[in-house]
Amino acid sequence: MKEIKTKLLVIGAGPGGYICAIRAGQLGIDTVIIEAGKPGGTCLNVGCIPSKALIHAAEEFDKVAHLSGKNVLGISTSKPTIDLSKTMEWKDGIVGRLNSGVAGLLKKHGVKTVEGWAKFRDGKTVEVDTPTGPQIIRAEHVVIATGSAPIELPFLPFGGKVISSTQALALQEVPEKLVVVGGGYIGLELGMAYAKLGSDVTVVEAAKSILPQYDKDLIRPIMKRLDALGIKVLTNVKAKGLSTKGNSLLVENGGNSDQKIPAEKILVTVGRKPVTQGWGLEEIDLRMDGPFIHINDKCQTSMRGTYAIGDVTGEPMLAHRAMAQGEMVAEIIAGEKRTWDKVCIPAVCFTDPEIVTAGLSPKEAKDMGHDIKTDSFPFQANGRAMSAEREEGFVRIVARADNHLVLGIQAVGVGVSELSAGFALALEMGARLEDIAATIHAHPTQSEALQEAALKTLGHALHI
Amino acid sequence: MGEFVIKLPDVGEGVAEAEIVEWEVAIGDVVQEDSVLAAVMTDKVTVEIPSPVGGRIIWLGAEPGDVMSVGSPIIKLEIDGEGNVAESSNIKSEKEVPTQTPPPSKFVVEPPKAKVFIEKPVASPARQATVGPVRAEGAKPIASPAVRKRALDAGVDLRQVSGTGPAGRITHEDLDVYFDGSAVKVRLGGGLVANTSVSDVKIVGLRRKIAEKMSISKSRIPHITIVEEIDMTSLEELRGTLNKSKSEDQSKLTLLPFLMRALVKAVGEQPNLNAIFDDEAGVVHQYGGVHIGMAAQTPNGLVVPVIKHAEALDVWGCAAEVTRLAAAAKAGTATREELSGSTITITSLGPLGAIATTPVINHPEVAILGVNKMAIRPMWDGTDFVPRKMMNISSSFDHRVIDGWDAAVFVQRIKSLLETPAMIFMEG
Repeated sequence: MKEIKTKLLVIGAGPGGYICAIRAGQLGIDTVIIEAGKPGGTCLNVGCIPSKALIHAAEEFDKVAHLSGKNVLGISTSKPTIDLSKTMEWKDGIVGRLNSGVAGLLKKHGVKTVEGWAKFRDGKTVEVDTPTGPQIIRAEHVVIATGSAPIELPFLPFGGKVISSTQALALQEVPEKLVVVGGGYIGLELGMAYAKLGSDVTVVEAAKSILPQYDKDLIRPIMKRLDALGIKVLTNVKAKGLSTKGNSLLVENGGNSDQKIPAEKILVTVGRKPVTQGWGLEEIDLRMDGPFIHINDKCQTSMRGTYAIGDVTGEPMLAHRAMAQGEMVAEIIAGEKRTWDKVCIPAVCFTDPEIVTAGLSPKEAKDMGHDIKTDSFPFQANGRAMSAEREEGFVRIVARADNHLVLGIQAVGVGVSELSAGFALALEMGARLEDIAATIHAHPTQSEALQEAALKTLGHALHI
Repeated sequence: MGEFVIKLPDVGEGVAEAEIVEWEVAIGDVVQEDSVLAAVMTDKVTVEIPSPVGGRIIWLGAEPGDVMSVGSPIIKLEIDGEGNVAESSNIKSEKEVPTQTPPPSKFVVEPPKAKVFIEKPVASPARQATVGPVRAEGAKPIASPAVRKRALDAGVDLRQVSGTGPAGRITHEDLDVYFDGSAVKVRLGGGLVANTSVSDVKIVGLRRKIAEKMSISKSRIPHITIVEEIDMTSLEELRGTLNKSKSEDQSKLTLLPFLMRALVKAVGEQPNLNAIFDDEAGVVHQYGGVHIGMAAQTPNGLVVPVIKHAEALDVWGCAAEVTRLAAAAKAGTATREELSGSTITITSLGPLGAIATTPVINHPEVAILGVNKMAIRPMWDGTDFVPRKMMNISSSFDHRVIDGWDAAVFVQRIKSLLETPAMIFMEG
């Protein structure tokens, strides 16, 4: 067997890894990427993309269901039905198209893809179990982009009724009763989608609130919508395991007796953990940050020439963070001077309505010692939101009191994910409230709420 | 394919370490057997290290300026066939690396330029209003991604740049001002400008050796310096006559051979001056042979080639040695032997010699003779002022082992030898 020698070896073809490899290819670096599954990682195969496909199908179904009843628009139609297996086929089609898209991009940029599971032999040598036998690869630079995986609860192991987000995105029938353990964004996105498709959904959260990373104002519209969709939310409640008959979830609710929640499927979404096992991390003995690989502001690990990017390096576990890291690392390896100097990593929660956060929340800004000005503009006063029948939510701006530098922008509302680009741009460019206020925002759009929020923070909103 | 490790060879007797002066190769280069890989310096000799094998450079173990011990690996080559490193040890050495963090990339950051106030005669009020407040200490600089990238590429720390944009944002124009501060100032003021630049020059190679030697000499040896004036008229007449009558194969006589011969004569009577003081052992080694160091300026700095056994050379022999060694030192081809082993030193700056100097003893010697410039001066001969060729000598002595009296006797002896040159050549 012949050894492969390369300048750069990327382990894992998720969003971080494949972007790193493509950028390296563009820069003329001899690059090999290893992936055991299909290219695209969690995001493309069992995360962002398929979940958004399912959410879209659920929204369409819900629209028709809504229109089949009494509605202000005067539309009448019959009650919808869904063949979920067909929906999944369509979703798989999209994922497949993107898989081959990524593979094509890698090829186009001269990146060699090796299929199989990689294992370190030493810091610069990796053995890959390929379908055609073991393959040794030696590299000058190694990028670890092994990603993350759903956390399993010991008393609710995955299998049978108990499913992870991955299986939830591949169900062939809509479960009659779905219990979601863990009220984070993944559980709520999927729980809401299945509720719209007709499931009776219960969310069990051990903490005192769902979506713990967001403040109350941002969560309130979600809580209202959960209620409207008939989703039961149990907070301060701990899951204990399956009942003896196996047809319901046992939960501890503070009282003497455990409560039983009947369930056809139990979706466990209590978080994700970095994939740090099974690829020989113990052989190279990197410095860790808790469960994550420690990196500096150049994504360098404690070993020279070895980098780590994406979920394996910690929070926030977001595809676009991994992509930006991957791009940066490729440029560093090409000899350019780069360092992680981003002002913000925007984050979107694709619940209904959606939540967008970029930069600092009012509390975070205060905690950092900033003297701030903050205000929000409700979609109730936005014509576009009204005419789309969805008036919940708002856009909120946090700025420094002294020079009006924008520190953070948050929004909750239907479709606000598309506003995230403007938020992040304003923060990266170092915009002041006056900059946003003086920028013409097209009418009638939801984005006007951003301009109005800036005006309102300055004390002269025009439409409220 | 194998890995071949080249260790720093033993480059001279008793040399335990050497400084990497420069790499002649880079990682990735393919070298032939005997290609020069690096120049290393010991004491004052630069030695080239040839490659014992042909192969491709895969690792360089030091930066220029690093001092490496003899026997430490300095280069790894990838060669056809088996290397000289066992596979297991290779893996092991890789494993030792993890705790090392790569050295921070080196670049010289210029100190911040003084803030320039641009008075535009027709500046709009809006433009003036945008001059932001000065950032609080420790506050993160605000700049767009494009500005940040440009600064990174140029190796500029944005914390050093003042921002004039909204909320103190650093604009492309601010960076322009930072990069080109002086140009802007010249255009504005038109007068003299303060040059606030600092360039860092790394002291490596010969320069570092000189620095070390000078520190040792000056910190360990309490110097006593004596300056005396000498009437060189007779010696100059003799030198002129000898040079006129010299044969083709004889070197032209400079002053130095005469000084050397005078020195030989003088230390014959005062052997404690022709010595090396081992102050740690508390022993002065007095030498029978007179090995005269001759401080010479080369393009790289000061070196001291040595005229061995000057007592066995006549004035023509000394002249020939001086000519040969001076050429070798300037060309950098002097050997280690030719550059070490002196017992006393002469330093001369020729026409730049000034009227007096305070020569630094060439440690661990105990005396140095400095020669100042010669000039015709009016001297009183008892009845009249007569023009005489006068020259000063400035000599330093190690006052720990040479008393002022001995030093003065030596200087007077040199003076009388040079003023009456026939005495230099008198036997006994």
